[in-house]
Amino acid sequence: MIGSLDSRLPAGSADNIQDAWTNHKFSMKLVNPANKRKFEVIVVGSGLAGASAAATMGELGYKVKLFTFHDSPRRAHSIAAQGGINAAKNYQNDGDSVHRLFYDTVKGGDFRSREANVHRLAEVSVNIIDQATAQGVPFARDYGGLLDNRSFGGAQVSRTFYARGQTGQQLLLGAYSALMRQVGEGTVEMHTRTEMLDLVVHDGAARGIVVRDLITGDVTSHSGHAVVLATGGYGNVYYLSTNAMMSNVTAAWRAHRRGAMFANPCYTQIHPTCIPSSDEFQSKLTLMSESLRNDGRIWVPEGMDDSRAAADIPEGERDYYLERKYPAFGNLVPRDVASRNAKTVVDQGRGVGTLKNGVFLDFADAIARDGKDLVASKYGNLFDMYERITGEDPYSQPMRIYPAIHYTMGGLWVDYELQSNVPGLFVLGEANFSDHGANRLGASALMQGLADGYFVLPYTIGNYLADQLGDRPMDAGDAAFRQVEAEVNEQTNKWLSTNGTKSVDYYHRELGKIMWDYIGMERSENGLEKAISEIPALKAEFHKNVRILGTGDGLNQSLEKANRVADFFELGELMARDALAREESCGGHFRAEHQDAEGEADRDDENFQHVAAWEWTGTDSVQNRHTEDLEFNYVIPSKRSYK
Amino acid sequence: MSEETLNITLKVWRQDGPEDRGRFETYQAENISTHASFLEMLDVVNENLNEDGKEPIAFESDCREGICGTCNLMIDGKAHGPEKGTATCQLHMRKYSDGDTIVIEPFRAASFPIIKDLAVNRAALDAIVMSGGFISVNTGAAPDANLTPVPKEAADQAFDAAACIGCGACVAACPNSAAQLFTSAKVQHMNLLPQGQAERWQRTEAMIETMEMFFGSCTNHGECHDACPKEIPLDLIAWTNRDYIKSKNKNRKLAGQRG
Repeated sequence: MIGSLDSRLPAGSADNIQDAWTNHKFSMKLVNPANKRKFEVIVVGSGLAGASAAATMGELGYKVKLFTFHDSPRRAHSIAAQGGINAAKNYQNDGDSVHRLFYDTVKGGDFRSREANVHRLAEVSVNIIDQATAQGVPFARDYGGLLDNRSFGGAQVSRTFYARGQTGQQLLLGAYSALMRQVGEGTVEMHTRTEMLDLVVHDGAARGIVVRDLITGDVTSHSGHAVVLATGGYGNVYYLSTNAMMSNVTAAWRAHRRGAMFANPCYTQIHPTCIPSSDEFQSKLTLMSESLRNDGRIWVPEGMDDSRAAADIPEGERDYYLERKYPAFGNLVPRDVASRNAKTVVDQGRGVGTLKNGVFLDFADAIARDGKDLVASKYGNLFDMYERITGEDPYSQPMRIYPAIHYTMGGLWVDYELQSNVPGLFVLGEANFSDHGANRLGASALMQGLADGYFVLPYTIGNYLADQLGDRPMDAGDAAFRQVEAEVNEQTNKWLSTNGTKSVDYYHRELGKIMWDYIGMERSENGLEKAISEIPALKAEFHKNVRILGTGDGLNQSLEKANRVADFFELGELMARDALAREESCGGHFRAEHQDAEGEADRDDENFQHVAAWEWTGTDSVQNRHTEDLEFNYVIPSKRSYK
Repeated sequence: MSEETLNITLKVWRQDGPEDRGRFETYQAENISTHASFLEMLDVVNENLNEDGKEPIAFESDCREGICGTCNLMIDGKAHGPEKGTATCQLHMRKYSDGDTIVIEPFRAASFPIIKDLAVNRAALDAIVMSGGFISVNTGAAPDANLTPVPKEAADQAFDAAACIGCGACVAACPNSAAQLFTSAKVQHMNLLPQGQAERWQRTEAMIETMEMFFGSCTNHGECHDACPKEIPLDLIAWTNRDYIKSKNKNRKLAGQRG
């Protein structure tokens, strides 16, 4: 094992969490401005975390190289986030504070995150809003010209800032504009359409990466003093998810194979409000912002197999099951609770739509109360999107929604400074595991991505780099790099010469079915055992029988997908093992064997109040499970109740 | 939600690389669900091509929610196809009838060189943003977000401009291959906000002139707005032209060359 699982929490954070980050910042080493230009930093990924980190490090004077497989940094999947971003500004005077955001996030994560990390996240949340506003991000405003807020799944205060239903787009365009300014100033060198295919670890530290130019097929090496991965989550392991088509785990997984620990892979989030799938050719699922739950009421018919149109079902024969079971939070219960309840009613045979695979999200009351115009002003673009996809008009009939894989809380293990166990390898945003525990609250992904990129990494990376003053980065022509390049080229040739019969997509779809059935919303020992035996069998067939046409020296989208799907197979198996080892239900991880009499999650703090971090031990051997214990001094673990 | 299927004839532009001359090839898309999206229809065609030992059609897409701007097809001569205000990925097959023939080409413009088949290089759009599409505020230097009230009207109009997804449909639709709508959207997003005033005139001059380096000039056809999947308002071009003329004067004054 490289390095250790020492979280390196600031000294004294158990007694004084309020000042832990401030004190830690003071204790870290600095790199003086004239020396910063001597350090070269590689950033992979151009979403909120990657773009904000690259721009900020560029502003500070570091020499940054940014890599993205997109044609432009602006395409990264952060762009699709709809609902908003949390910040403890308390502009609404409704009792919010840094401590409350911290408290809600730890509780929302079902007590499986580090308190000190989460507190820091809540602290810097306010700076993000200031930064984005100054960049020109057009957040929603009230008539006095000040910023507007709304409340968002799982919160009883209005702390979510938003830009219509396109908050992720506007925040990413803000980070992208800051990034492009640095590209123009020459501090950031941008490599688009360039995919990271391996990490080079030498003498116990990350030294650089090996990439493939997606247009020419050239495989080249790039070295630096540090490597920063901001490469997003792995939801596409399920094939159908709300992730973009190209979102993948490859950069993180290749780093894992080189020694970086992968933490809590079984923590996945199912988003409750997505459009149900309509046929087998469906390529992805579309999310409808959770903000819809502020005004929409969720219900299903009381009886089984009710095929009447929504309008024909009288009020008395409707079951508003969230309002019934959770009177305090009602339709605004956290995502995991809302999702599991939707699954329960659909499994009971009370689903709606032709395929009986959804529940209603009804705006009739909101339209009657506020008028169609006000509803349209809040959700117009979402309603339009729904109608384009389904051909149904949500103003006149309820939407049909169903949960879908949306976000992954697990990821590469990092310490308090966002450094993995491999020295010099830092991991930001959704790609790391750090802040959301077993469940992420709505509007907290954007917050974490930008917190990591703007306000955490730019400080903590200096603490690592300061010790390397005077050292040149390794030569990218060194034998260590040549060796990895050769391995990448060999893999490419293998794909192109396999000459089987089925497409990459076919195998990806089949893997997705196993994942959804056995490692989806509900997991059982039996199902997980099945997944652990079926995934390797399918993987073997994939490697033997996949057909990838064309060549490696130009644009070849099947070849790109093959690499990504190969990694999903390995990850999928690890997810099953992680889910099997975690004999409890917490957050997004629900084990059928561990529920109380009412079907609510049964957490086991005595045995599982820890992070599980997996160590790669070779392609054909089972990975080692290590643990990092979690301590709670401020938010005392209790059963999450939203009743 | 009735389930129907369609049989469609496709004429698809195939081009092996930037130097290849390219040609149309005809494919049959059979038993396509009316619920399928246009790109899912192409996924099915590609799966069949792969099965037949023919290389799949290269086309680009990512979010498939109409927000990332990656997808870019010319469908029957229209950028993003027949449905107004809709990106290619949000176009659904229920808009077509059984037996239809659909012609699919890449976005065509000298500044968007073809990479392969339907994939083009739109990096010139990034160059425009790099020349001034930002507000220069280093991380950490921002004042409290509520220090400067922004009239709701201005914030809303800035948002309307900022909604551009950078897909390049405006360029593909323009007879001059100008990127005036793209550029104006970014210019006005920032020029409308108080935070964007300090660099307003430099931004406008730099971005318009960078646009002209890569793309054709705008002669007010308005085709861009018709093709735009986000229906970016056409008057942003007029406002930007006004700002551009002013900028020529203002920037000289700023540089101290009065008179």
